[in-house]
Formats: sequence, structure tokens, C-alpha cells
Amino acid sequence: MSEVVTEDRIPVLDVRKLRVGYRTSSGTVPVVDGADLTLGAGQVLALVGESGSGKTTIGQSILGLLAANGDVLAGEIWHAGENLVAAGTDRMRALRGSRISLIPQDPTVSLNPIKRIGPQIEDVLKLHTDENRATRRDHVHRLLEQVGFTDVPRRYRQYPHELSGGMRQRVLIAIAIAGDPDLIVADEPTSGLDVTVQKRILDLLDELRDRTGTSMVLITHDLGVAADRSDRIAVMRAGEIVEQGETRSVIADPAHDYSQHLLRSAPTLSRRTRIEPPTAQDSETPVVLSARHLTKQFTVPGARAAVNAVDDVSFDVRRGRTLSIVGESGSGKSTTARMLVRLTEPTSGAIEILGTDVTALSRRQFRRHRRDIQIVYQNPYAAFDPRFDLFSIIEEPLRAHGNTTRAERTARVRRALDEVALPAAYIERKPSELSGGQRQRVAIARALVLEPKIVVLDEPVSALDVSVQDQILALLDRLQRELDLSYVFISHDLAVVRAISDHVAVMNQGKIVEYGAAEQVFTDPAADYTAELLAAIPGRGLGAHNNTD
Amino acid sequence: MTAVEHLDVPLHPSENESPDSTESQWRPPSSRRRRPRWDVTIAVVVIGLALAWALFPSWFTSVDPTAATPSVKLRGPSLEHLFGTDYLGRDMFSRVIYGARHSLTGSFIAVAVGLVLGSLTGLLAGAFGGLVDTVLMRVVDVLLAVPSFLLAVTIVVVLGFGTVNAALAVGLASSATFARLIRTEVLTVRSSLYVEAAISAGSRFGAILWRHILPNSTGTVLSLAALQFGTAILAIASLGFLGFGAQPPSSEWGLLVSEGRNYIASRYWLTLFPGLAIVAVVLATNRISHYLGERRRP
Repeated sequence: MSEVVTEDRIPVLDVRKLRVGYRTSSGTVPVVDGADLTLGAGQVLALVGESGSGKTTIGQSILGLLAANGDVLAGEIWHAGENLVAAGTDRMRALRGSRISLIPQDPTVSLNPIKRIGPQIEDVLKLHTDENRATRRDHVHRLLEQVGFTDVPRRYRQYPHELSGGMRQRVLIAIAIAGDPDLIVADEPTSGLDVTVQKRILDLLDELRDRTGTSMVLITHDLGVAADRSDRIAVMRAGEIVEQGETRSVIADPAHDYSQHLLRSAPTLSRRTRIEPPTAQDSETPVVLSARHLTKQFTVPGARAAVNAVDDVSFDVRRGRTLSIVGESGSGKSTTARMLVRLTEPTSGAIEILGTDVTALSRRQFRRHRRDIQIVYQNPYAAFDPRFDLFSIIEEPLRAHGNTTRAERTARVRRALDEVALPAAYIERKPSELSGGQRQRVAIARALVLEPKIVVLDEPVSALDVSVQDQILALLDRLQRELDLSYVFISHDLAVVRAISDHVAVMNQGKIVEYGAAEQVFTDPAADYTAELLAAIPGRGLGAHNNTD
Repeated sequence: MTAVEHLDVPLHPSENESPDSTESQWRPPSSRRRRPRWDVTIAVVVIGLALAWALFPSWFTSVDPTAATPSVKLRGPSLEHLFGTDYLGRDMFSRVIYGARHSLTGSFIAVAVGLVLGSLTGLLAGAFGGLVDTVLMRVVDVLLAVPSFLLAVTIVVVLGFGTVNAALAVGLASSATFARLIRTEVLTVRSSLYVEAAISAGSRFGAILWRHILPNSTGTVLSLAALQFGTAILAIASLGFLGFGAQPPSSEWGLLVSEGRNYIASRYWLTLFPGLAIVAVVLATNRISHYLGERRRP
């Protein structure tokens, strides 16, 4: 973090009373309404807000990259003494990449898939410098080194698909800094990445800024990232900046209700463990689900040996308790979840559900047991038939199991809606008419309508905004206590896991590297990998506030 | 699985992507048009008129299409005979109107045969996969390898001449295209998360096929059906023109064009009006098909 305070100089970025709207068939919809922002040289301004708050639109306005139907309705964007709102297309094109640059959100789609990465970086130099071919190439090699690559000549020739998500984000950063800009707009630069990768990327950005003194607008939904990595924070809500100030003071003492609300709902490590830890001794509660030496091998075409996506995994889930399986992408946690509900067949090992070894059953025989173990997906919208209304969606498991009359099914669907706190009037709505949080409630209602004993939750809150996340976690917690449910909670997010688990299994490269009571795993991790994961979580500063709250 | 942010955007109802797609917000959204359009309106009117001709021809003319009056043969368009008269003195306006029935019925049969047969084949191939898929799709490949009109001619020669047989032949020949298309759709739907969710809810395979896979696969097929309708009218008219389809004294449009062929240099109305009817209906169905496709994939 840069400590340089440069109040007396002209700010690098000065946004004044910016209003942006999108033209739609029903008129112009304002998305940003009167935003004021200032950013000094070498500073980081975090633009924080939930989806739809207008933070990305501000970023796009600064770069002159608003969507075709977007207009700056009023206001000014001053960059180094120049009003960008008044600048023409040509002028903006000259500025972009040289003075102002972008680090986009999704590294998987932001590089040209059929072009080697070296030349993609070189394009910026071709456009904005008069370097000749040889110096350009040297320059690109230097940039690749700067963003942390070794074996640079080889990287230069690689294609995007040969790189991991984190490496691709490094390439995008190299592109952003190639023109030596004085302002970088980073739009959720790490939101799709694993925590440890996220930490390395954010560290890299900090280091580069310390060296070059570039200012940055960091657009993020993650208060933890904002708290750790910015000098100033602007909190956005519904197109308005509700609070702006020094990061430390905003985090320590948020003035606006909404900032306080965001801070309260942000899942942070030190926030809490389970609201009310179940009291009964573990050994007394029966085991409802157990996995014994589960292994899943995938044969990769071309590779000689099979890959163990899941390697000798064993665990128990007790009644009314939550076991969380935590890991980064590729750790095998989702494959494990899929094997539990028999969407993937294990290569070896056994799964016992309520005392029955279900791995011995054929798929047809297993169908009966599905009423005991249900799954909730990360993205509920994709898990609903687009033609179905809520009734048909929630009713489906009932139709699949046993003879029920329509009246019985209607009654049970209504009860399920009531359990997840959705109004009964929603029964005829389509999922497209609901918000993300409501959709996840519907998915939970569908999972519960058969009154299962076990629910597998595969990243159930990762796609949701923090405040919605908080509500869904509270709902899951309530349902568990009311219905004596057992959860298998799959997540990459340790902060979320801490809030809901009794037991935690940490997976890395297909193996469980740590398995134990949640409190112990979080406070006194035995495995180095767990410690590394814990250290990578952003927003330690937030916890202090929450504890005193 | 990685964390995907920003799927929770109630402001944008179009965010129905797969779970892994974080659609970049930095790209301009394609603008969608949802107001009624004049070209589609005209197309619907044309089809509606043709259907009305086919169903209630007597509403539009009181003249018997087969009543020959040799004294007025080969007369040009006039107030009395709007489309003129043919070589037997029959009223062309009346013949075109009554001919709609043959042409449209034939097309309906052809599209229905192609749609049902093709969809069934594609559904089975896509849903079962494996050997079933291989066998069915190789048959489809063979059908696709032969030019469909040639195939239709071959089939109609085997079945015998006539409107219905011509329709069956055209339908059979077009079923391969339907099969290919619906199979692709079925494969996409089969791998979707909601089908997986139905499996994990405990639904039976048959129920999944009927409730999820079939209804969600038919969207593009319907716009193809509309397109095929135009093609079928053309194919049936062509068969009629060649003498393989409807037989005289029927006034199927292709047959009318065929009959007028000998007079094409001096009596243009004999070919022009039935020809215009064919062109109008084919263009209109293409327009509607295009519109349906557009609405499905904005």
C-alpha cells in the first residue's frame, strides 16, 4: 500500500457529478447518478458495491468503453488536466493503453485464444510506442519478467490455453502496464481466482504500483480485498456513492447505514463460528453418511497414467451436522460431491448412506435412495428447466418418488416455499423473474421437498452478493436446526466455511490434507497447506471491526 | 469449480448462461428489438390469406374451378376473370384459390411427416447415444447424401403419383435434416445442469426425456419447420410441375404452372398468378421462420 499523500498536486483522476444512463426500449435508465471521485498519484481507490450498483459502469466511463446504448448524461471526468467526457473517440483511443489502461475481470475470455501471448502484449507497444521490432520484443520479455514469469522466451510463444487462470491474469496485467499508464482501472481483477492465486496477483499489483507510482481504480465486490489493498474506498449502491473516504476510517467507522450493512455481512475469517454450536457430543450422534477410501481416476487422452482427481478420501457426516470440504479449483472437492450423489461413479471406495452401502447398488436401485440425499448447485438458474415455473421445479422430485396426488404435491410445494421464506404467491413465477438469492432459495426448496436427511451443497453461495450470501447461510443454518439436516458443504471460501461448519476437510490435489473440528482447523491448522490458505484470505482488518460491533 | 461473481444481477434478466460463463460486462450488449415488425406482419397476412383460401375457397369466389367455358378460353385478366382464363376457359382466379388447398395440404403433410419422423429419430439418437446413435445417424447421413428433391422423386415413383404421395415423399426426404438438428439440440440439453438436477432428484429416464429434453429441444426445430414449409410448397409444386404430384383436373399450383408452360410466351397470366402465389407463400414462411429463429437467439 502506498503511503504517499499527494493532496497538493492535481489528482490523476477527478470524477465530478458523473451521471451515466443506458438507453432501453422503455427510456433512459440512469445507472450512475452523480458520482464524485478523486484519486491522487500512486493511490488506489477501491470502488465497492454489490452487483448492479454501477461500479463497472464508472470504470467503463473512465475508459470511454461504455456499451453502445450507454451515455454520459452529465458530469466530468478529469484525467491529468483533461476532461475525458469531452474527448473524442480518437483521443480516447490514443489514451487507452498508454495513459489509462484496463485489467479486465475474466482472464479466461479476455485474451485472444488463437494468438500467442507475446504478440498480444506487443500490440500495445506497436500502437503506442515507436520502438522497433527488436526492442519491442525485449520490452515484452521485460514485462513478462515484471509480472512474475520465469522462462520468459517460452512464455512469449505460448497460447492462452496453455496458461492457468492466474498466469493469464498476469499476462493481462502485463498488457495493462505495457504503455506505462498513470491510471489503471482494474475491474474485479481476481474475482474468478483461487484465494492463494488472488493473493499473489494482488501482491504483484501492489509491488508494480510501488515501483511505478501508477494510480489504480480497483473495482471489487469483496470488502476484504478493498480493505487490504486500497488507500481510499468509495461505497456504491444503486448508482450512488453513499460513502467515500480513507480506507482505514471507512472500515473502522462506516458512517452510512449501507456501508455498515455491507461490513456486517462480509464473511471474514474472524467473524464467527457457528451461531449456536450443537451441544450433543459427537460420538453420540449417529453417522448418516460416510465415505471410505473414495477414489476417482480420470484417464486423460494422451497422458499415459490415469489422474487421481480424488485420491483415497474418507470422512463421516453426523446427523444434524455440517462437514465442509474446502479446496481450490482442481482439488477434487466437486468430484467428491458428485460421487456422493452418484452423478459420477467412484473408481473405488465405498459410500454409505444411512447405513446402506450404495456403491454396491446399480444406478436404477440407487434411484430410491436419492430421496435421502439431495444436492444444491452453485448456479441455481442453470439447474432449473427454463420453461418451468416454481411449482413445476419444486414439484419434480415429488413426481419422481412415489404416488402423490396433485393436491398433496401442491400442499408440499407450498410448505417448501414457506420453509425457505418465499411468498406462496411466487408459485407461478418463472426463475427469470427472481433475484439470485431467491433462486437459490428455490433450489433449496426443491432439495428439501422430499425431506432428505442429507443435503450436498456445492458452492451454494459463491455466486451471490455478500449480503445475500449472509441471508442464505442463515437460512441453511435455520433449516438444519429445524429439520435435523446433515450438510456436506463444498466451498472454496474459507470465511464462508467457518460460518457454517462443524467439521472441515481441506482438500488439495485430490487428497484430504486436513480433517477435523472446524474450530481447530481454523485456529490451529496442522497442515501447511491449510495455513497457507488461511493466510491468503483478504480482509483480516475487517474482522477487528466486526468483533467490536 | 471457481467462484463466479456477478451472476446475481436481477437488473439483467438475460443472464441465463452456463455456470462458468462470466460474461464480460465490457462488451456492448446486442440491442434487441421487440416491437412488431411490418415484414413479419405482411408474412403472417399472406399465410393467413393462403390458409383461408385453402379452408374456405367459396368465400372468395363463386366460380367452379373445373367449369370449362370454351368460348372464353385463354382470355387475359379482366374484371370478370381477375386472373384470366386457361385453355379450357376455366377461371384462373378460382383455380388458384382452390389450388391452395392441394398445395398447402401437401406441404402440411410433408412438414408433419418430416418433423415427426425426423424429431423421433434425432431424439432417440441423441438421448440414447452409443449404438442407437451410430446406426440412426448413418441412415440419416445416407439420406442427406442424396439430393432431397431427387430422393423425393424416387420415393414418389415407388409410391405412385398423387398429392399425398408427393407430400409423403417430400416429408421423408426432409426428415434427415430435422433428425440432425434435433439430435444436436438434444445433446446440448442432455448435458445441461437442469437435466442433471432432474437425475439427482430421482426422476426416471423416460420422464426426463419427455418433460425436459423434448420440450427444450424443439425451439430451433420449429423455425426449421416453418422454413421447410416453404421448401415443401416448392418441392410439391415442382413434383406437380413434373407430373409426379397432383393429377389434372386438380388445380395444384405447380400443376397450374406446368399447364401454362406451353403458353408462356403469349399468355403470361397462366404461369404468372400461380407462380406469384407460390413465391408469396414461400417468402412469407421464410420470413416467419427467420423471425422465430431470431427470437430464440437474440
